Parts: sequence; structure tokens; C-alpha cells
Amino acid sequence: MDAPVAQQGKIQQPKLGFVGYARFFWRQLTSMRTALFLLLLLAVAAIPGSLVPQISSDPNGVIAYRRNNPDSAAILDFFQVFNTFTSVWFSAIYLLLFISLVGCVLPRTKHHFDALRARPPKTPARLSRLEGFTTRTTKADAATVVESARRLLRSQRYRTEIYGDSVSAERGYLRETGNLVFHSALVGVLLAVGLGGGFGYTGQRVVVEGYAFSNSLASYDSFNPGRFFTDDALEPFTIALDSFKPIYEQSNRKAIGQAVDYTAYVTTTMKGESAQTARIKVNEPLSVGGTNAYLLGNGYAPVLTVRDAEDNVVWSQPTACLPFDANLGSTCVIKIPDGLDQQIGMLGFLYPTTGTLNSGALVSVYPDLVAPTLTLEVYQGDLGLDNGQGTNAYALNTDSLQQIAGRTSDAETVRLNPGDRVDLPNGLGSVELASIPRFVSLDVHHDPSQLPVLIFAILVVAGLVTSLFVPRRRMWVSARTDKSGTTTIEYAALARGDDPNLETAVSEFADKHSQQLTVRVDS
Amino acid sequence: MTETFVSYSLIAVYSAMAIYTLAFVMFAIDLARRSAESSDAAAAASTGLSSASVRATTVMAASAARSSSAGTTTLTADDAPRTATDAVRATSPKYLRLAMALTVIAWVLHVSAVVFRGVAANRVPWANMFEFTLTATALIVGVFLVVQFWQDLRFLGSFIVGFALLALGVGTSSFYVDVVPLPPALQSAWLVIHVFVASLSTGFFALAAGLSIVQLMQARREAGKAVKLRFLDTLPPAERLETLAYRLTVVGFVMWTFTLIAGAVWAERAWGRYWGWDTKEVWTFIIWTIFAGYIHARATRGWRGSRSAWLAIVGFAAIVFNFTVVNLFFKGLHAYSGL
Ligand code: HEM
Repeated sequence: MDAPVAQQGKIQQPKLGFVGYARFFWRQLTSMRTALFLLLLLAVAAIPGSLVPQISSDPNGVIAYRRNNPDSAAILDFFQVFNTFTSVWFSAIYLLLFISLVGCVLPRTKHHFDALRARPPKTPARLSRLEGFTTRTTKADAATVVESARRLLRSQRYRTEIYGDSVSAERGYLRETGNLVFHSALVGVLLAVGLGGGFGYTGQRVVVEGYAFSNSLASYDSFNPGRFFTDDALEPFTIALDSFKPIYEQSNRKAIGQAVDYTAYVTTTMKGESAQTARIKVNEPLSVGGTNAYLLGNGYAPVLTVRDAEDNVVWSQPTACLPFDANLGSTCVIKIPDGLDQQIGMLGFLYPTTGTLNSGALVSVYPDLVAPTLTLEVYQGDLGLDNGQGTNAYALNTDSLQQIAGRTSDAETVRLNPGDRVDLPNGLGSVELASIPRFVSLDVHHDPSQLPVLIFAILVVAGLVTSLFVPRRRMWVSARTDKSGTTTIEYAALARGDDPNLETAVSEFADKHSQQLTVRVDS
Repeated sequence: MTETFVSYSLIAVYSAMAIYTLAFVMFAIDLARRSAESSDAAAAASTGLSSASVRATTVMAASAARSSSAGTTTLTADDAPRTATDAVRATSPKYLRLAMALTVIAWVLHVSAVVFRGVAANRVPWANMFEFTLTATALIVGVFLVVQFWQDLRFLGSFIVGFALLALGVGTSSFYVDVVPLPPALQSAWLVIHVFVASLSTGFFALAAGLSIVQLMQARREAGKAVKLRFLDTLPPAERLETLAYRLTVVGFVMWTFTLIAGAVWAERAWGRYWGWDTKEVWTFIIWTIFAGYIHARATRGWRGSRSAWLAIVGFAAIVFNFTVVNLFFKGLHAYSGL
């Protein structure tokens, strides 16, 4: 396939104009050798993406890497290694590969269509040189032999053609069809991912028991639109979290407290329709319209009620706390910008089932709410919310804050059990732990590429199996009658591609055919 | 109850390892005996022929042999490749047969270890590194045994049993974890399908890698380079080994393609996206690409033979790497080693 190309290139070299070069380049690009090279290069190029954290799959890992290795991070940044799979060089490799693929598949498709219409080739002069060569003798005359061979071949789904006293047959065009379907479906996958994915979006949202959120840009905690995303893609629906029920292992002593099941019970409402209840589990996302909601995380969201010195409620709402261990020990950050004399920030630790270490430090020993404790370090001063920059809701910047209750101040850390109410220092007011509901974090994904990708993937497998396991072969049967009236039948075949059972196929065919002849002659 | 079955499982796997060890020794003795006998055979056959030319005819006869029916036990140029193996089969089947019998016994114990573990855990026994190792090695040996009905590949016994033994050794000593319930993310029918097919394809790739290694050695020998391993004389010629390796790889490749797609479907269910270049996904892709490269190499001029054999070996090495280094040291969503 490629050698003649190379020679041609060499011979024409002195006269190569632009078109000549373009053609030469195209032939090179679409050669098997280039395809192989690009495939292997693609495998190698993917390796860095597994060694270095990727912004898309592990953003925190990237941040940590940058902090720990600023020097090498600069180099990796230059080569876009934190974005390996969208980097210029990785994209270049797979785009070239797919151009090569198209350039290879198109001419082969045409060639295949021609082959489908062509007659099986002339019977070779000396069948004895071919594979599975075998002979049988019969009393039937040559024409009968050839005609019955043709019938039998046809019944085995060969296409046949009679040339004199021989029949030429070919089968297994499906092999090449499968190969072409396979390669085209790969292009289909790429296009579906590249184009379809662009119209979708993903959004993350924390929802506390008893609360709801609507599918609109403003209500997401974070949102990643695809390249071609427009607001219309957001289906108007709301999801309310009625309750969240985890189940933790209680009997297996090796795994006490390990989560064995999570279920979120929700009520969904599509615009203009009546509300429906549903549930979301880890491997069972909820489908609303063309959008899926996945249950990816959960935790506690204690409700604090803060009152000012005159007992007016200035704050009463749940705060989602980030779990930091398997027993859902969590950190909570509460910011109260208005209503009190000073801005107040609180850094909390929640222990759903409280235990005490030898050191006296608290620890959570079981993830369910058996004996919960919330401790709060309280700060007053400037929360830094007004400087226009976006702030992280899960972090407390203490630069302009002064601790008024906690380890480094006069007043002790505030310690609350559900229902407890404690006065804040400096006569600021009081804080009460009203209740501790659960929250779930939901990922909402809309990805129109899913179905097309799945269909192409199925075609990939179907094409692959056909092309690898359907044998493509030619078979010939030729008959010669000698003076005594005995007809010698020769059988032989030729494999096209890998064909493990070729010889058996020939001998089985010969047996069957000669048997049929005998039966017919005898009767 | 659970504890009882866990200990049955461990007893079974340790017994299996002991018997695999014996089988491994027998396979090794068989290879050693082949070396001895092949030099006898070569000496006998070399009336007037140097052993180099016996080799040469062996190669040429490879294709010719297809048209002749197998039969005799002397090393005639006519059907050399088959009779070479037949000769060994006829003269020293003792160790090989013993090795195979031991392997079958060990494998039955091995499979019962898998079953006991599954009963103990009350779920499929492939949800952490220890269990993957236990089940995948059982599948690798299983594929090796079943493939014998199709082709006589017993000469790969020491490779396959040695590999399984090594993996079980590391698995039981370094990866062992107690039975714990499945985390919600693993509670899916896809755990059953995706992981099982992946492990099964590993069995095919392992055999193909073994064949490719022998193919490389055989190719060296056929090229007239000095190769000390005399038992190669008794094995099929490089071209035949390559054909066999290709057929096994192709089966493995179809399964791996399925694994990749099934993994994507599962990832969509569990994580909300079907492909996110998670480290494990990256390596599944790399392995798939290497084997696609292998299949292409076989159809590319200049790449048939030893070069493509190297690709099959690299592909299998990548699978082992994916299972060990990637599982243990790379960070990603697939953090199910249980360690
Ligand atoms: C994304 C890149 C590609 C992948 C993953 C890929 C994969 C494969 C696989 C798995 C096979 C074996 C199954 C079958 O025959 O259908 C195959 C066969 C084949 N591919 Fe590709 N391919 C790629 C690109 C190309 C390109 C660019 C060419 C042309 C230059 C090409 C030409 C062929 C040919 C001729 C065969 C048949 C080989 C045989 O008969 O054994 N492929 N390819």
C-alpha cells in the first residue's frame, strides 16, 4: 500500500509543484504506516495526562501541585500539560489521525462498493497451489458437478460465477463492510463528542432538606456551559429535597459506619405540570426532561439562629459544612455581615457522633447524628465581603478579623448541642443551634451527545466484531472428466485476511458436495 | 458466617498456590526435558544435515505443513513444525501431563476460593485489589486451560502459572483486605459486567503476550542468532506463534473495547459524565490504543513479525501497570483498591 507511493514521490520529486507536494503529503498522511505511527503516538501522548493532575478532572490537585512545585508547574503550563487532553499537541495528533482515517476510509468505501458489484475473479489455472487444495472423483459429468457446486456454494452465501468447467465463488464482503463501519463510527464518536457536548452544560448545587432549587443560571453554585450553550438549554424545572436517608453499616465490625446506601427523596416540578416525587441514588440519577441530576455528595447543614442584644433574630438558616473525614466530621463557615454591631464570622466543627480523644480533642466516631456537637470559634471585624471580589463561601479570611471566642481569645470556644443557646462575647447577642438537617450536592448535567455517542459506540463494536470474525474467502471448484468417464473435482480456496478455518471449510465443502453428487448419481 | 467463608476462601487460595507451585516446577522440568530431547532429535535428524539447515527447513516447512496431514514422529522436513511438538508429546508427556493435571486441580481450588469469597461478601468477589487479583488470575488460568481445547499451548504453562502465582503472592500478602460492604458507587450491575469482562480479556492478552515472547525468541533463533534455549526447537515456528497470538489478541481486544464502553456507561450513571480522563480512563484508553496499533501493525508492511510482537508485549505490560501502579499510586475517582 505505501511502498509504491514512496517510489512515486521519489521519481516525481524534481517536478513537484504545490499540487504535487499536496498529493504527496496526502498519500503519506493516509498511509497505513502513518496511521500506525499516529496511533502509537496518541497512546504515548496520553501518558502525561495521567501523571499530572488535570484541571478538568482534579482542579484541587492542580492547585496543590502549583503550590508545591512552582518551577516545574511553569514548564508544565507552557506545554499545557494540566490540560493535556485539550492541549494543542494532543489535539494535533488526534486530528491528524482522524484526517488520516477519513482519507483512508473514503477511497476504501468506494473500492468496496465496486467490489460488491464485480464478478468473482477467474478461476486460477493451478488450484493445487492454493490453500486447502483437495480432490474428489465422481461419475457425474463436469457440467453437473459444476452446477451442483454452484448451488451448494450459493446456499452457503457465496457469490458465484461459472468460468467453463469451474465455478469461482467469493464470500465475506461483510468483513470489509464491518471494517468500514468500525472506522466511520470512530469518526462519528469524535464528532458527536466534539459537537454534541458543546450544546450541554453541567451545574453543581447544594440542596438542604426542606429546600428546593430551580434550574436557572442564578441558582447554581457553579456552572460550566458548553461552547454552544444558550439559556434555552436550561429546562425550567425545580427539584426539592424532601429528605435524605443514608444507611450505615452496623453489624460488620470491620466496617462499622461505612456508608452502604444513600437515597435522596425529592419532589420535581416541571413548568406547568403537577409535582412528582422521585428518588436519586448514587448509581441512579434522576432524569427530568432531557436533563439528569446526579447525587454526588452529602453532609450536614446545621441551622444556626443568631439574635442581637435585643433578641431580634438577625440570621436563621442552614449552612452546609464540608466533611473532612469518613465519619462526617465537618468544618462549617458562617458569615453574618449585617444585623449585629460588628460583622461576625464563625468557624465551626461539627461532630455528628461525638467522641473524645486522649488529648481531650473532639472527634466524630460515627457518621450518623447520634450525639452531635458543634463547636464555634467566633471572630468579629471585617469579613472582606465588600471589596467586590468573589469570596469562597467555605473559607474564612481572618486577616481583618479578631477572635473573640476560641483558643486564642479570652472566651472559650462556643460548644453547642441541638437546642442549646449560648451568649456571644462582648454582649453582641446569642447563637442557637436550632437543628441539623442534611444536605446533598447535586450535579445537573445536560449532554445531548450521550445518545449519539452510545449509538456510534455500539456501531464500533458491531463493526469490529464483524470485521474480525467474519471470514472473507474465495473458493473454487473445478471439474475435469477423463476418457474413462471419471470426473476429478478440484477444490481450493484463498483467504483474504485472517481466516483460521479455511482448510476445514474447504474439506467440509468437498465432502458435502461429493456426497450430494453420489446421492444424486446413485438414485 | 462471613468469617467462616473468608477463611475457607483463604485456605483454598493458599492450597491452590501450593499446587500451582508444583505445576510450575513440572512445566519447567518439561521445558528442560524438551531441551535435552530436541538436541537428541536434531542429532538424529542431522544425518547429512547440519542442525542449522534443519532449522531452515523447519521455517520453510511452516507453510508447506498446512497442506500435509500431521502424523509421523520423526523430524522430517515435510511436516516439521507439527511433528516437532508431536515428538515431545510422544516421548516426554509425563511431566507436561502432570503439570497440566496439577494446574487443573489448583485451578479448581482457586475458583472455589473465588466462590467462597463471593459467598462471604454476599456480592461478586471483585470489588477491591485483593479480590480483583484473586478473580483475574483465576480467569487468566481459566482461559489458558480452555484454550487448550482449541490449540495445544501447554508450553506457555510456566509463563501463565508463574504469572498467576506471582500475582496471587503479591495479592494475598500486600493487597489483602477484609470483607466490607460495597460503597454506594460500586453498587451497580456494571460492576459485575465491566470488571468481569476486563479481567477476562486480561486472560487473552496474557496468553498472547506469552506467545509473543516465545515468538521473539523463536524469530531470533530462526534468524540464526545464538539462542541458548534448546526447547525452542520443539515449539511452533515464529510465524505460527504470531498467528496464534494475533487470534487471541483480537478476542481480547473486542472484550477490551466492550470494557471501555461499559465503563463509560457506568461512569455516566455514577459520576454524571461518560468520559472525564480520570487516570484509570486514561490508561484504559492507552491500552486500547496500543492494541489497535498492534492490529494495524500486523497489516502494515515492515511491522509484521517481531515489531508487532513487541506491541503485544507492551500492551500487556501496560495492563499490569494499570492494575498495579495506577491503582495504588495514581490519584483518581477509581479509588477502590480498598488499601
Ligand atoms: C482512530 C484511529 C484508528 C483506530 C482506533 C483504528 C483501529 C483499527 C482496528 C481495531 C482494526 C481492526 C478491526 C477491523 O479490521 O475493523 C483496524 C483495521 C484496519 N485499519 Fe484502522 N484504525 C484507525 C485508523 C486507521 C487509518 C488512519 C487507516 C488508514 C490509513 C486504517 C486502516 C485500517 C485497515 C486497512 C485495517 C484492516 C487491517 C486488517 O485487515 O487486518 N485505520 N483499525
